[in-house]
Amino acid sequence: MSEHRYELVVGLEVHVQLLTQTKLFCGCRNQFGAPPNTLTCPVCLGLPGTLPVMNQQAFQLALKAAVALNCEIAPVTKWDRKNYFYPDLPKGYQISQYDLPFSRNGYLEISDPRGRFGPKRVGIIRVHLEEDAGKSLHDETAGQADSRIDLNRAGTPLLEIVTRPDIRSPEEAKAFLTELKLLLTYLEVSDCNMQEGSLRVDANVNLHIHTPEGTVATPIVEVKNMNSFRAVERALAYEAQRQYHQWLSTGHRLGQVPKQTRGWDDQAQITRPQRQKEESSDYRYFPDPDLVPVTVSPEQIEQVRQSLGELPATIRERIQKQYGITPYDADVIVSQGRAVVEYFEKVAQVSGNGKQAANWVQRDVLRTLKERQWTMEQFPLSAEQLGQFVARIAQGRLASSRAREVFDHMLRTQQDVDTAIEALGIQTVDEDTLQELCRRLVEANPKVVQQVRQGKTKALGALVGQAKRENPNVDPRRVQEICRQLIEQAEA
Amino acid sequence: MAPIWKASAWELSQQLAQGTLSSEEITREFLQRIEQYNDSLGAFIHVNPQALEQARQVDQRRRRGEELPPWAGVPIALKDNLCTSDQPTTCASRMLQDYISPFDATVVKRLRSQGLVVLGKTNLDEFAMGSSNETSFFGPARNPWAEDRSPGGSSGGSAVAVASGLAPWSLGSDTGGSIRLPAAFCGVLGLKPTYGRVSRWGLVAFASSLDQIGPLARSALDAALLLELIAGPDERDSTCVNQPVPRYCQVIQQPLPKLRIGWVPEQLEALEPEVQQAVQQALKVLRQQLGAELREVRLPHARFAVATYYIIAPSEASSNLARYDGIHFGYRANEQEVLAALRQEAQRLAQAGDHQAVQELDSPLVRLYRATRSQGFGTEVKRRIMLGTYALSAGYYDQYYLKALKVRRLIRQDYLDAFEQVDLIAGPVASSAAFALGEKTQDPLSMYLVDLFTVGANLAGIPALSLPCGFTGEGLPLGLQLQGPLFSEALLLQVAHHFQLHTDYHIRWPQLTEGNQRTHDRNGCQQ
Ligand SMILES: [Zn+2]
Repeated sequence: MSEHRYELVVGLEVHVQLLTQTKLFCGCRNQFGAPPNTLTCPVCLGLPGTLPVMNQQAFQLALKAAVALNCEIAPVTKWDRKNYFYPDLPKGYQISQYDLPFSRNGYLEISDPRGRFGPKRVGIIRVHLEEDAGKSLHDETAGQADSRIDLNRAGTPLLEIVTRPDIRSPEEAKAFLTELKLLLTYLEVSDCNMQEGSLRVDANVNLHIHTPEGTVATPIVEVKNMNSFRAVERALAYEAQRQYHQWLSTGHRLGQVPKQTRGWDDQAQITRPQRQKEESSDYRYFPDPDLVPVTVSPEQIEQVRQSLGELPATIRERIQKQYGITPYDADVIVSQGRAVVEYFEKVAQVSGNGKQAANWVQRDVLRTLKERQWTMEQFPLSAEQLGQFVARIAQGRLASSRAREVFDHMLRTQQDVDTAIEALGIQTVDEDTLQELCRRLVEANPKVVQQVRQGKTKALGALVGQAKRENPNVDPRRVQEICRQLIEQAEA
Repeated sequence: MAPIWKASAWELSQQLAQGTLSSEEITREFLQRIEQYNDSLGAFIHVNPQALEQARQVDQRRRRGEELPPWAGVPIALKDNLCTSDQPTTCASRMLQDYISPFDATVVKRLRSQGLVVLGKTNLDEFAMGSSNETSFFGPARNPWAEDRSPGGSSGGSAVAVASGLAPWSLGSDTGGSIRLPAAFCGVLGLKPTYGRVSRWGLVAFASSLDQIGPLARSALDAALLLELIAGPDERDSTCVNQPVPRYCQVIQQPLPKLRIGWVPEQLEALEPEVQQAVQQALKVLRQQLGAELREVRLPHARFAVATYYIIAPSEASSNLARYDGIHFGYRANEQEVLAALRQEAQRLAQAGDHQAVQELDSPLVRLYRATRSQGFGTEVKRRIMLGTYALSAGYYDQYYLKALKVRRLIRQDYLDAFEQVDLIAGPVASSAAFALGEKTQDPLSMYLVDLFTVGANLAGIPALSLPCGFTGEGLPLGLQLQGPLFSEALLLQVAHHFQLHTDYHIRWPQLTEGNQRTHDRNGCQQ
C-alpha cells in the first residue's frame, strides 16, 4: 500500500578493533577470549597515579586505514576525554578524539558484481582512534545489583569510521560493509570479526518521501545491535517500512521529535525502541592533558601509502584484465583475501588458462576450504600442482569428465597431476580410436539413430553409456559430439 | 656536634659516606621526633613501619662494601598523593582511606633505587585541593611556628616535617602553589619545577596540566640534590620532557653571573606591610649582596591568573576524580543501605501515587555512585568537581574553559616577554604570613585568592621556588618567590643558594610543643 515513492537514507558508524600487539595506552596484550580480567594493568584499570602512553603501532594501523579510505590526514591531532560514568569505564572517561580527528573527508568505492546498483562512492566524514570500554554483564532489574565486569577489552584500540548519509539501500549498506571489511583485512588493520565484536555497526536511518507537496524527511533513527551484515540488511529494510508507516500515521518529520535509538531484534526480525543509557548526553569533551598532540608529516603519510600494497579494488580490475576472467569471478576470488588471490594468480600463470584456473579455484578449491574449514595456507595442493592440473585439462590431455576424480585423488595423496592420472589408469584416447568406436556404436544401434533423427537428442546418452563401458577413458562429451556428427553425415 | 635532626641532607650524606653516622641512627632520630611531635603537628598521615628495617639494610649494604651513593640511607618524607607500594596512599581523602597502590611513583622508585629511606606519608589538603591543609580528611597539619595557624597547603605536611626537623627533606606537589605556599608559611625552601621536568607517573592527579612534583628542603643545596635525583624523562609520562638533567648541586655552587632580576610593582603594593618590607629587604640582598641589577617588569594578565586557574584546575579535576566511583577500588557506600533506602523511597512514592517520580528514580547503580561520592569526598573536593563539571558543560565550555585556555596563553606570553628583559623575577609568595586555622574555611574565595602570586608559574609551566626571606614581628616566617624561564631550575637554585650564603632565615628553628596534649583524631575531620 505504498502510495509514495521514497528513498532510504543511511549513514553508518563502524567501530573496528585494531590488530595491535598491545592496548592503546598501556602495555597489556590486546587479545580476545582470555579469562576475564587477566589482561589488565594499573593504567587500563584506571588506578590513581597512572598515565596513558600512546601505542605507536595503533596509530600506524589507524593511519593505514585512513589513507586507504582516501582520507585527508591532519598534520596535528590530539586526544580528548569523553566523560561519563559506567562500571565498564574505570577512569570515568574514554580517551577519544573529538574536534580534531586524525583524518577526515575520505571515501570508499562500492559496486555490485550482480549489478543491482551501479558503482558509487560512499563518503567518509571522519576516521578517529579511541579506546574501547570493558564489557559488563549485569542485571539491574528488581533492585538486583549483580554486575560482572571484564576489563580485558578496556583500553584496546578502536577505529571509528563515520560515513556520510550516502547509502540508499540495504544492499548498498551490506556492500559497503563487505568492502570495508575486505579492505581492512587486506591491510591487516583488523580481523573485522563481528562475532568477537571486532567490527560493530550502528546505522543512522531515515527516509526521503516524495509527496505531491515536495520531499519530506522522516526523523533520524539510530539502529544498534546488528550482529551480522545480514542483520544490517534486514534491519534497514525493516526500518524503511516501519518509518514509512510511522510517517503515514503520525506525519512526523525530521526535527519534530528527538532522535530515537532502536535495537535490532534478530529473533523477532524487528527493531525495538532502546532505553537510552542513563548517563546524560553531555560528555563534557576536553583535551586530555595527560597526552601530547600527535604530529604527522607528509613523508610519514607517503610512507604509509607505499606500505599499503595492492588493494582489493585494484586487484579486481587487474586480474579481470590480466587473466580474462569475469567481474564476478574476480570478485569472488578477491573477496577471499590476499592468499587466495596469490594462489589463483599462480595457478593461472602455470596453467596458461585464466578462465579455467578461475573456475577451479573459485569452485572446487574454495568449496574444499569451506568444507574442511581450512585456510588457503592449509590447502594441501600447491598452486604449481593445481596449475599443472588445469593445464592438462586446457591441453585436452585430461577429459573434464574425469578431472574431478583426479582432483580428489590429488587432494588425498598430494600427487602431481600426471602421477594421479597414471594411478587412476586414465589414458587419453586418441582421435582415431574414438572415431572408430563411435562408428561401430552408430552402426550397431539403428534404433538410437532413428530416435536422434526424430529430434530426440537425449537418446545419444545410450551411445555414450556404451562407449564408457567399453573404454572408461573416453571423454563423454566428445563421444556425444562425434556420434551426432556421424548420424547427421549419414542423413545428408 | 649539632643534633642529627638539624643537619641538612647534604651533611647527612657526607657523614653516611664517611661512616661517621649510620642510616639506622639517623632514621631512628627522625622517627623518634615524629613520635614526639606528630600528634601536635599532624605532619604525617602514615609513618612507615619498615623505615628502620630499610635503614638497617642500607647500612648492611654499605658495610658489605657495596657501591652506594653518599645519600643512600638518608630518610625522606613523601606527600601522601605519591603512590607507594608498601604504604597507603590516601590523598588525605576518605575515598582512599585504605588504598594501597600496586606500584611506586617514578620519583619514589628513583629515590628508593638511590637508597633513600621513606619515613612516611605526609598530610595534605584532600586530593591536594586547598591552600591551608585544612581540607584533609585526617585533620589539618599545624604550623610549627604557631600551632593555631595553617602551615599552608596543599603540601602542608611535607613543609611542616622539614620545618620541624621531622625529616631532612621531603617531596610535595604543586598545582597552583602547593609547594611554595607551605614552604613560605613554614620557613623552608620549596621548588616547583618546570612542567615536564619531573615524571608525574604515580602522582595522583589533581589537575594534570598543572601538577608537578618538587622538593622541599631547608637549603638550596638539598633542594638541588633532591631535584637531581627525581628529574628526567620517563617513558611512562608522555608530558615528561626528554631533556638532560643538569648537575644542579655543582652548578649552584658556582659564582653567580651578573643577573638582571625583575620585580612587579603591583605585586608589592598588594602586600601586608610586614611582607612588603621583607620582600623589599630581600630585593636589597639580591642587588647589594648578589650584585643583581633590579628591573621593573609587567605581567599585565597576572590579575586574571586566579580566575583562569580556578576554571582550568577544577575542569581537569572533575574528570580526573571521576574514577572514584566506588566500583573498582577505594571507598564504596554501604550497598545494602543504599538499596534499602532506594526501595523505601520507591514504595513511599508508589503509595503516594506518584508514578512519574517512581519512573524517574535513580537506578541502583546511579544511587550507589551518588552515595559513594557524597560520602567519600569532602566539601572542597565536591565544590571543585562541581565547578569543573559546570565549566566543561555544553553551552558553557566556550565561555569558561576555552576562554581560560586563551587567557592561559596570554599569561604564558607575559612571562616570555618579561624574560626577554630579565633573567628571573623575584616577588612575594603570598600577601601575608600564615593565617589562622579556620580563618578562611568559611570563605572559599578568600582562600582561592591566597594563590594569587603562585598560580602564574603553573599556568605558564615555568619553574618557581619559595625561599625563606624573613619573619613577621610575631615570628612567622615569610617567603620570597623566584620565577624563571622554562628549565631554569639551576639558575633559580643558584640564586637561592647564594641568597642563603648571606642570610640565616633558613637555619632558624621553631619551638615545638610535644604532642600528648592533643590527640590527633582521625574522625575529627571536617565533612
Ligand atoms: Zn593495561
